[in-house]
Amino acid sequence: MISTSQYLWLGMVLFTIGAIGVVTRRNVIIILMSIELILNAVNINLVAFSRLFGDVSGQVFAIFIITDAAAEAAIGLGIIIAFFRNRETVLADEMDLLKW
Amino acid sequence: MLDQIVFYFFAALAVVSAILVVTRRNVVQSAIFLITALLATAGIFLQLHAEFLFIVQVILYAGGIMVLFVFVIMLINMDVSLHQLQFNRQWWLGLLLALVVGAELTIAIAIGRSHTAFGEPAPASALEPSTQLVGKVLFNEYMLPFEIASILLLVAMIGAVVMAKKKI
Amino acid sequence: MLMNLIHFVISIWVPLVCALIIVAVLPLVAGYIVLMERKVMADMQARLGPMRVGPHGLLQPIADALKLLIKEDIIPDEADKMIFWFAPLISVTAAMLAMSALAIGPWFQIADLNVGLLFIVGISALGIFGIVLGGWSSNSHYSLLGALRSAAQLVSYETAAGMAIVGGLLLAGTLSTREIIQAQNDYGTWFAFAAPVGFFVYIVASIAETNRAPFDLPEAESELVAGYMTEYSGFRWALYFLAEYTNMVVVASIATTLFLGGWLRPFAGTPAFNFLDGLPSVLMLGVGGYCFYRAPKQPVKVQKLFMVAVGLLMILAAIILAVPLIPAVGTMLPGLKPGLHGAFWFLLKVGLYIYLFMWLRFTFPRYRFDQLMRLGWQFLIPLSIVNVMGIGVALVLHRHWGWSHWTAFPLTTVLTLLVAGLLGWESEKKDKEHVFVGDA
Repeated sequence: MISTSQYLWLGMVLFTIGAIGVVTRRNVIIILMSIELILNAVNINLVAFSRLFGDVSGQVFAIFIITDAAAEAAIGLGIIIAFFRNRETVLADEMDLLKW
Repeated sequence: MLDQIVFYFFAALAVVSAILVVTRRNVVQSAIFLITALLATAGIFLQLHAEFLFIVQVILYAGGIMVLFVFVIMLINMDVSLHQLQFNRQWWLGLLLALVVGAELTIAIAIGRSHTAFGEPAPASALEPSTQLVGKVLFNEYMLPFEIASILLLVAMIGAVVMAKKKI
Repeated sequence: MLMNLIHFVISIWVPLVCALIIVAVLPLVAGYIVLMERKVMADMQARLGPMRVGPHGLLQPIADALKLLIKEDIIPDEADKMIFWFAPLISVTAAMLAMSALAIGPWFQIADLNVGLLFIVGISALGIFGIVLGGWSSNSHYSLLGALRSAAQLVSYETAAGMAIVGGLLLAGTLSTREIIQAQNDYGTWFAFAAPVGFFVYIVASIAETNRAPFDLPEAESELVAGYMTEYSGFRWALYFLAEYTNMVVVASIATTLFLGGWLRPFAGTPAFNFLDGLPSVLMLGVGGYCFYRAPKQPVKVQKLFMVAVGLLMILAAIILAVPLIPAVGTMLPGLKPGLHGAFWFLLKVGLYIYLFMWLRFTFPRYRFDQLMRLGWQFLIPLSIVNVMGIGVALVLHRHWGWSHWTAFPLTTVLTLLVAGLLGWESEKKDKEHVFVGDA
């Protein structure tokens, strides 16, 4: 029998790795992928608690999160393509048009 | 016993793939490891008896969103970025802060574990198939969020098409 | 702990044996489907096809497999070696994994998942990665273009196929493959007759899903050399080929399970048609008799003997299929008849569906890529959505208002076709001014 806390530890580790990816990498696409990792960690948490309490709302919320992640990935990648066409770069450090 | 082995297998696969996503130089390899991380997460869902969520994760996340990522990576020629710095200048600060967040979560789980009783989950045989359960709840109680989600997807589609056009 | 493991393995021996059979037999079956395709192509082009290797070319797949295995393994210089090595494996794994939720007969199923049908659709969708990564890692223009085109085509027609499947699932009420076939048994007819529009959409979408003609632009020889498979040679190419033909079998199996009644014989519910139970044996006897008839006309003695052996094998199969019909055996082993006959009917229907694929391949010319995408997005997806709505209306009429399903379903099929016709007519009218596609 696997206790719920084991799933929570797994969620925590994935969340931390995703967070490290978001704040550390330069390549914007890898930042987006790390955001997907964070969302997955949250999903694991939700489904673990849904199983513990026997309430299926956790799984429904996880489905909505997946839908949201799809929409966000689509728009994010669209923005990256548009930016790449203009500036030929996908590195976050070099996207500094608004800097003084 | 067996479910411990399965859980640790999927968990190890997810964690190792996640670490590789964040540290690879080649973006396509990162994408492939993200796919394995997502499939490992889907395995975790299956072990939690959330079968519908397992298949939604495989079809939408691994089979839809990641195809989108791989397409975009191929359309953008990133051979130049292979030879540049991978981590930004303030990576040490970012690492520190992310580890602080991780420590907070660890403390939260450790304290919470001793205070709330994580009782036994409901036995698996007493559950209806997850698809029927999710369907009933989704279309009765969560009908409004469902409709809003579909409008969100419509907005995202229009936004993505406009963003990627050459001439608006 | 070891005892636990051994107990566990013993308790799952049936799925394990099924899995071993599939992994061992499927490459051979894929090879023989290639031979069947060449023979059918020859038949439709008024010639004979492979005749040299073995009697009537029956050993041709073995010769082809040997040749592919001993060919030189070329890896392009600038290719990304890890992904180049990995990509065919993804395709083959996805295709074979999709076979695991299928129920070939009532006995032969690896896993009866709750979400079986959706699992098969989802895992087939993972095969797209094998194509895209293979095309990209070859570091060649033709490969990349072919891979991107193929992936775009697969993603577009996956939506249409999914909506067509939803139309069939509304009738079945469940996603588990075993229970869908049971639902068709309870319903009376196969779902292909209750939802013919959905079946038609699924046939067209499944041809596009497997990159078959007339939708095979991404791998056509005169267009893109061989698309994403251009730089692959020898065994890696054989893996891609195996994946493609296994995908054909998977897609045919989904159609058989959902629309054509799976392992049920025609008119499974009506006792008046019980004489159809003898049909499997009669068919096998017919094939055996044909083998015996052709045996004396073979030019070489070895081929004569081979034909006689094949004929005897068919007679043996006929006897095995006829054994459960004896009443004494039927009462002793009641599971034997559904098992054997079910497997036979399933394989026969899958074979006929694949024959339909081949028939369409050698009849229609190829679609251009923009015509292909237009067909998928502007014709099939609206048609399948209207189909889902139509079947919903029919179910409401049947269940809540009490109409019999012989009136409700044909009526809504006609209504669906009318609405789809109106939609198509409207979009055709607009397209008269729209000459070039590239002006978007």
